[in-house]
Amino acid sequence: MSLTRAERTIIVSMWSKISTQADLIGTETLERLFSCYPQAKTYFPHFDLHTGSAQLRAHGSRVVAAVGDAVKSIDNVTSALSKLSELHAYVLRVDPVNFKFLSHCLLVTLASHFPADFTADVHAAWDKFLSIVSGVLTEKYR
Amino acid sequence: MRNKRPHSEEAAQTCFWPIRITSKLPDTMVHFTTEEKAAVASLWAKVNVEVVGGESLARLLIVYPWTQRFFDSFGNLYSESAIMGNPKVKAHGRKVLNSFGNAIEHMDDLKGTFADLSELHCDKLHVDPENFRLLGNMILIVLATHFSKEFTPQMQASWQKLTNAVANALAHKYH
Repeated sequence: MSLTRAERTIIVSMWSKISTQADLIGTETLERLFSCYPQAKTYFPHFDLHTGSAQLRAHGSRVVAAVGDAVKSIDNVTSALSKLSELHAYVLRVDPVNFKFLSHCLLVTLASHFPADFTADVHAAWDKFLSIVSGVLTEKYR
Repeated sequence: MRNKRPHSEEAAQTCFWPIRITSKLPDTMVHFTTEEKAAVASLWAKVNVEVVGGESLARLLIVYPWTQRFFDSFGNLYSESAIMGNPKVKAHGRKVLNSFGNAIEHMDDLKGTFADLSELHCDKLHVDPENFRLLGNMILIVLATHFSKEFTPQMQASWQKLTNAVANALAHKYH
């Protein structure tokens, strides 16, 4: 699965909007993840996951920054996320199903923040992109 | 209540033993709290079923093009605008979302409510239940675009629980 030129354009363009509220979007994505998929909390026993927590905000920022890194190297996501991929495979070992949950929650957050911009084409491109990112992050699992 | 089980396979076959059910069957029913029901109902009251239903189905067909396999008779599905404007997609989307309205009125017995539809989707329509989960997620995203800030994480959680439960209810009679 690879992105068409049109999809890349859409993704980069949407990212320029996201980056203006990156931290907020990252944090809200995680809030949605933990509200809707409580099993995801099992990976964060060491965190205070209440709304407004500093840890949640910091981690949300980190997650969305990584997405941004992937966007900036959209022609070579594998290389851009190589270290993160190793981290997830050897250290974090988050079950792959959770990447789908996180991706879904990011899409809902984008839909909520950018209702006019998040058309079906943009939605499709970002769903595909996040699926690729998830694939890169899990490709060293076994 | 003591459960008198035979102590061996041989004993089971040679003696009559009363079977007592001492443990309840696992509770597989989904329970919605009063707050969850209220959250779902409050948003549902404002939903334009035709618009949201049509858009949700359209997004399913656009974002996951392989789902078009069920809709050969729908005509032009060749582009995003064609799908979004397709009258058959809109009509069918409305039909599907109306069914959700039924779910919301029977949140305590979704499996019973969807029993017939489940059999239909298995025996006649041959739809992989994964598609129910995908469509449920499309509905949530469309709700997010329509209700924006009102579609809070807590609101999403209640609705997510509903769409998951409906998907499971629709899959329940599969064999």
